[in-house]
Amino acid sequence: MEKIIRTKRIIWIGALLALLLMSLVLSVMIGSVHLPFTLTLKILLNHLPLFDLTPTWTLAQDAIVWNLRLPRVFLALVIGAMLSSTGVAFQGILRNPLADPYILGVSVGAAFGAATSILFFRNSSLLGYLTTPLFSFLGALLSLWFVMALAKHHGQRDRETLILAGVVVQSLIGAFLSFLIAISGQQMQEIVFWMMGSLANRSWQDVGMLIPYLASGFFYLSLQKRDLNLISLGESAATHLGMNVEKKKIWVLVVGSLLTGAAVSVVGIIGFVGLIVPHLMRLLVGPDHRILLPISTLAGAIFLLWADTLARSIIPSREIPIGVITAFIGAPFFAYLLKKGLRRGHV
Amino acid sequence: MNLFDVIHVQHQFGTIPVLQDIEFQIKEGETFGIIGPNGSGKSTLIRTMSGLLKPSRGKILLNGKSISSYRKRELAKIIAVLEQEGIPPLSFTVEEVVAMGRYPWLKPLSDLSLEDEQIVQTVLEKLGLWNLRTKSVNNLSGGQRQMVSLARAMVQQPRVLILDEPTTFLDIGHQMLVMEHVREWHQSEGISVIMVLHDLNLASQYCNRLLLLDNGHIKSCGEVHDVLQPATISSIYKTEIIMINHPIHQVPQFLLTSK
Repeated sequence: MEKIIRTKRIIWIGALLALLLMSLVLSVMIGSVHLPFTLTLKILLNHLPLFDLTPTWTLAQDAIVWNLRLPRVFLALVIGAMLSSTGVAFQGILRNPLADPYILGVSVGAAFGAATSILFFRNSSLLGYLTTPLFSFLGALLSLWFVMALAKHHGQRDRETLILAGVVVQSLIGAFLSFLIAISGQQMQEIVFWMMGSLANRSWQDVGMLIPYLASGFFYLSLQKRDLNLISLGESAATHLGMNVEKKKIWVLVVGSLLTGAAVSVVGIIGFVGLIVPHLMRLLVGPDHRILLPISTLAGAIFLLWADTLARSIIPSREIPIGVITAFIGAPFFAYLLKKGLRRGHV
Repeated sequence: MNLFDVIHVQHQFGTIPVLQDIEFQIKEGETFGIIGPNGSGKSTLIRTMSGLLKPSRGKILLNGKSISSYRKRELAKIIAVLEQEGIPPLSFTVEEVVAMGRYPWLKPLSDLSLEDEQIVQTVLEKLGLWNLRTKSVNNLSGGQRQMVSLARAMVQQPRVLILDEPTTFLDIGHQMLVMEHVREWHQSEGISVIMVLHDLNLASQYCNRLLLLDNGHIKSCGEVHDVLQPATISSIYKTEIIMINHPIHQVPQFLLTSK
C-alpha cells in the first residue's frame, strides 16, 4: 500500500514538474515582443551554470527574458504554490472544502496589515524590508482569529457558518482598508494595487524574499500530511488516535497565515487559487494529503503562471489585475461547489 | 490495581450538572456496560473516561495514573474508541482508513512498516473486509462503515476498547456482527471492553458488569442480575416492561408492552 502511494506520488510530481518547465518556457515567449521557442530556450539555458552558448540574440532580448519576464514568471510560480498549499492546509485542518485564504478573509486582513505598514511605518528602519510582510502576517492572523472566534458555536464550527464569518470579516476589514485608502493621499496608488493584485514591476529581489517563506511553510506543512489525513475522520476520532488536534490546528493555521501574509505583502489580494486548485487535484489524485499537498502546490504554481500570462497578454500593451482573472474563474467555481454541497448536504 | 478508578467525578455544562458524585472501578479484562435513559450522562461519562473531556471535579485514574497525565499518543496505545457515528463519508479507501489505526504506533514522520501492513491485512481478513479494501468508505452502508471503524480500532492494538452506542444505527444483523467480533476479540486477546449501550438486551448478553445511570447519578452498579431489576428499570425508563429469562443464555431480557 505504502509502495503504491510512493510510486503514484513520484509519477504525478514528475508529470507536473515537466508541465511546469514547459509552461515556464512558453510563458517567457509570450508578451508584447514575441520570442521564438528555440531562442528563448537558448537564452534561458545560457544563464544556467553548465551552459556557455555563443549568443545569437541581442542584449535587449536577453534583458527581456532574464530581467523582465523570468522574475515575473518565478514570482507567479512562488505565489501560486503558496496560496494553493495554504488552501490544502486550511481545507484539511478545518475539514471544510470551501476554506480558502481569500474566502476566509485572511487575504484582506493581510492586505490591511500591509497597507497599515505602508502608510504609517514607511520609514521604519527597524525591520527594513521585512516590515510589510510582518504587518501583513499579523493582519492575516488577526482576521483569521476573528473568523474562527465568530464561527464558533458551542465549541463547534459548521461549514456554512465559517464561510459567513469570512464574509463578515471581509466586509469589516475591507471597509477599514477603503478608509485607509481614502485618507492616504499620495500612497493611494500603491494601496489600490493591493486590493486588486498584480505581479507587474517586480524583480528578482521580491522572488528571493518570498522563497524562504515558501520553503519553510511548505516544509512544515509536508510534515503534517499524515495528521491532515487523520483529522478527516473527525476531531474526536483523531484525538482518540493520539493526535493533539487543538495544538496542530493552531500551528497549521498560523503557518497558512504566514504563507498568505507573505504572498499578499508582495502581490496583493489574489483570490480563489487555494479553492480551485486543491479541489481539482482532489478529483484527480484523491484525498490523501501525502500526494495532494505536493501536487496541489505544483499545480497552483502552474495555474497562477498561466493566469498571470493571460493577465499581461490578453489585451495588447495593457495589464489586467490578476485577481480579476482568478475571480473570473474562481467565483463561478465557488458557486458550483456551494450548490453541489447544498444539494448533497455536505460539500 | 484497577484498570479504571473513577473517583468523585462531577461534571457540568455551564450551570447544568450532568454527572454527580460518580464513583466506581473497572478491573482489567472486564466487559463493562454503561446503561441509562437519554440524557442520563452516559456519553459524558464515557467521554471523560476516554480522555476527551476533563471532568469539572474528581479524578479518573487509568492503571493508577491520572488519565490527564497521559500523552495523547500513549493513551491511544492503551485505549481505542468506537464512536456512535462511525466514519464520516470520505473518499479514502477502506484500507487507508483502517491503516490510520496504526498512527499511535508509528514513529514520527515514518511510513507504515511491512509489519504494520501485515497487521492491517490480518484484521481486514478477519472482519471480512478484504474484498472491500479498495472501495471508498463513502460507498459503504452504515453497517459496513461500522465494521471499518471496528477494524481501525483493532489495528490500533489497544488494551481497552471503549464503545459509545456502537449499534444505534445498525440493523440486527450488523448489531450482532459487531458485538460478536468484540466478544471474540475480548476472549482471544483479553482486552477490557467498556460500552455504552441503549439496548438492555444486548447489555445483558454481552456485559459481565453493568452501571445504571439516572439523571447524572449512579442508580446501581454490579452484576447483570442485580442491576437489571424489572421494578428499577421500569421506573427509570418510565415504561411498562416484562422481564423474562433468555431461554439459552439464562440472562434477563426485556419485552416492551404497549398500552
